[in-house]
Amino acid sequence: MAKINLLQAINGALDIAMADNDRTVCFGEDVGHFGGVFRATSGLQEKYGKARCFNSPLVEQGIIGFANGLAAQGSVAIAEIQFADYIFPAFDQIVNEAAKFRYRSGNQFNVGKLTIRSPYGGGIAGGLYHSQSPEAYFAHTPGLKVVIPRNPYQAKGLLLASIRDDNPVIFFEPKRLYRASVGEVPEEDYQLPLGKAEVIQTGTDITLLAWGAQMEIIEKAAQMVSNEGISCEVIDLRTILPWDIETISNSVMKTGRLLISQEAPLTAGFASEIAATIQSECFLHLESPIARVCGLDTPYPLALEKEYVSDHLKVYEAIIKTVNF
Amino acid sequence: MSTELYNEGQIVHQPTFIDGSSVEIPELRILDQDGVTYPNADLPEIDQVLATKIYQTLAFHRVLDERMVASQRQGRLSFYMAALGEEAASVGGAAALQPQDMIMMQYREQGALMFRGFSLENFMNQLFSNADDLGKGRQMPIHYGSKALNCMTVSSTLATQIPQATGYAYGQKLQGLDAVTLCYFGEGAASEGDFHAGLNMAAVQEAPVIFFCRNNGYAISTPADEQFRGNGIASRGVGYGIKTIRIDGNDILAVLKATQIARAYAVKESKPILIEAMSYRLGAHSTSDDPSGYRTKEEEAKWQSHDPILRMKNWMLKQKWWDEAQETVLFEKLREDVLAAVKVAEKIDKPHIDSMITDVYDIPPTQLKAQLAEVKAHIKKYPEAYPFTAGKF
Repeated sequence: MAKINLLQAINGALDIAMADNDRTVCFGEDVGHFGGVFRATSGLQEKYGKARCFNSPLVEQGIIGFANGLAAQGSVAIAEIQFADYIFPAFDQIVNEAAKFRYRSGNQFNVGKLTIRSPYGGGIAGGLYHSQSPEAYFAHTPGLKVVIPRNPYQAKGLLLASIRDDNPVIFFEPKRLYRASVGEVPEEDYQLPLGKAEVIQTGTDITLLAWGAQMEIIEKAAQMVSNEGISCEVIDLRTILPWDIETISNSVMKTGRLLISQEAPLTAGFASEIAATIQSECFLHLESPIARVCGLDTPYPLALEKEYVSDHLKVYEAIIKTVNF
Repeated sequence: MSTELYNEGQIVHQPTFIDGSSVEIPELRILDQDGVTYPNADLPEIDQVLATKIYQTLAFHRVLDERMVASQRQGRLSFYMAALGEEAASVGGAAALQPQDMIMMQYREQGALMFRGFSLENFMNQLFSNADDLGKGRQMPIHYGSKALNCMTVSSTLATQIPQATGYAYGQKLQGLDAVTLCYFGEGAASEGDFHAGLNMAAVQEAPVIFFCRNNGYAISTPADEQFRGNGIASRGVGYGIKTIRIDGNDILAVLKATQIARAYAVKESKPILIEAMSYRLGAHSTSDDPSGYRTKEEEAKWQSHDPILRMKNWMLKQKWWDEAQETVLFEKLREDVLAAVKVAEKIDKPHIDSMITDVYDIPPTQLKAQLAEVKAHIKKYPEAYPFTAGKF
């Protein structure tokens, strides 16, 4: 099996999706001949033609509006928003249109064939407008699925599943991992399940939960505390909406403790939703308050990025505090 | 692929500004108010069968609007939006299309649905949000839609259908279908960003979409001259590089002619086209609105005299395709039918409680099933508080 990076895995998934179905169309700002600012769509226009992979004008609400219509028509629409920080002009088309298309028509029409890809998250010295993690805004919208991969293998399988899922999916790609995360990825077509978290390390003392680029942070912290005899169960949530309550609560009923780490600001982040639900599902099993290790409630900083992020040391400290509560 | 496209050979050495209202746009009118066609006018393709269908649809439209506004006043219906005085735009536009063409409506285009065969029962079930509504009782009255008739479900969010129409049409083109998308919107909606996004993308991607603006003079209370400057919506089409025409929207023959040409152009050239139909919203914005607060009776009276249905009737009488006896029979029957349909629809049950969680996703997730179970348990405990659903599951 070839070792490739997360970007190549995305590109490979798109290639398969386009070869697999000639009604699959990829578009967005600079995604055509140039192959996208990160090169995720590299080579697709050459291979599948300008009609199926093209540059859109610089208008996010237009990109998603167009994608909604295209998907409603029955084409497979894969729209790229160049940075998740720029998704907000399309908020209405996502939240009021894509998410409600099936419901409002009584299932006469739907945009299940829509997938929105967008690089998200920090760690690239991108400051406040190239670093945001806006998943919680979309997690508040019934009708959407929100998916975030942690490595190249996950990225390819989850993206193919997202493209083929019969619901509109927002697929956030941790841009810090685009080239940094390298791993073995099968060349062939495969899918990983949506709505299912994955236990990637079993343990007994505390459950550590994250998604995307935060996974390597919590894994590193788990390694650190294992030297001190603390056994962590590490879980990748993978799908933010609808999320896998069962896997998380089963784990917490076993360990009695939960720590959630996210890049996004603390207040009303998705970690808060998880904490509320697990508190209710596992109340009598909990031995300490659920810990949230998150960004500060500020815009994403530039010069002070290192201090801002929930890194492995902050997670380490929170594990110790939670276990010793 | 560069700025050379624009000004090659047109460099000047004195500053030359182009006036913001300098684009002159003629307005197509084929039929005068007395029902006489102008001598040099290009007539649309129309025969007695089509003309009769259009006229009967216009009559149905007028009667339904009248009766439903009255029903709302009687408290039988929560809300309604009539299209009094501008019925020709939606009926004539639909009449120029093929059944496989998609129609995306804003919300005042019930005439397009009627022309395509959306039945009186379909209208009533939606208006009364009952169990037989195709939309499952989820949207306020007038948010119709029909997959079978290729009429996209209406959403309250203004102008969102415009870039969607571009994408829909692009999909039709990719598949090589003999089909276009017609997208209705008002002149007020054309101020939304989605209008500009949709037109620009249609021009750039060359999508076979007919943008049909109903310029009816008002967005709720805001008159067109407080909505935009420049020469109407048509000048925007030209600005985006889209072939454009302005027509008298109260002239059914002009609507039909322009839309027939637009469809042929969109199919043959595979490009977008814009129609700006000039009209006037004779009624209120909705049953929640009262226009007497923002416009004069004189202004309304002036437009009353441009009634598009009367204009078509005058033409039909002169063609000897219609007579007063038929007119009386038709309107009487329509009024009776609508009243009877109201009585039926308002007695049909509300949708079943289980439909609360369907169609949010293709399959309801575990969380939604749990939430529904909680609601049902609650209703069982307090049945008197939930009379529509208690005892029915």
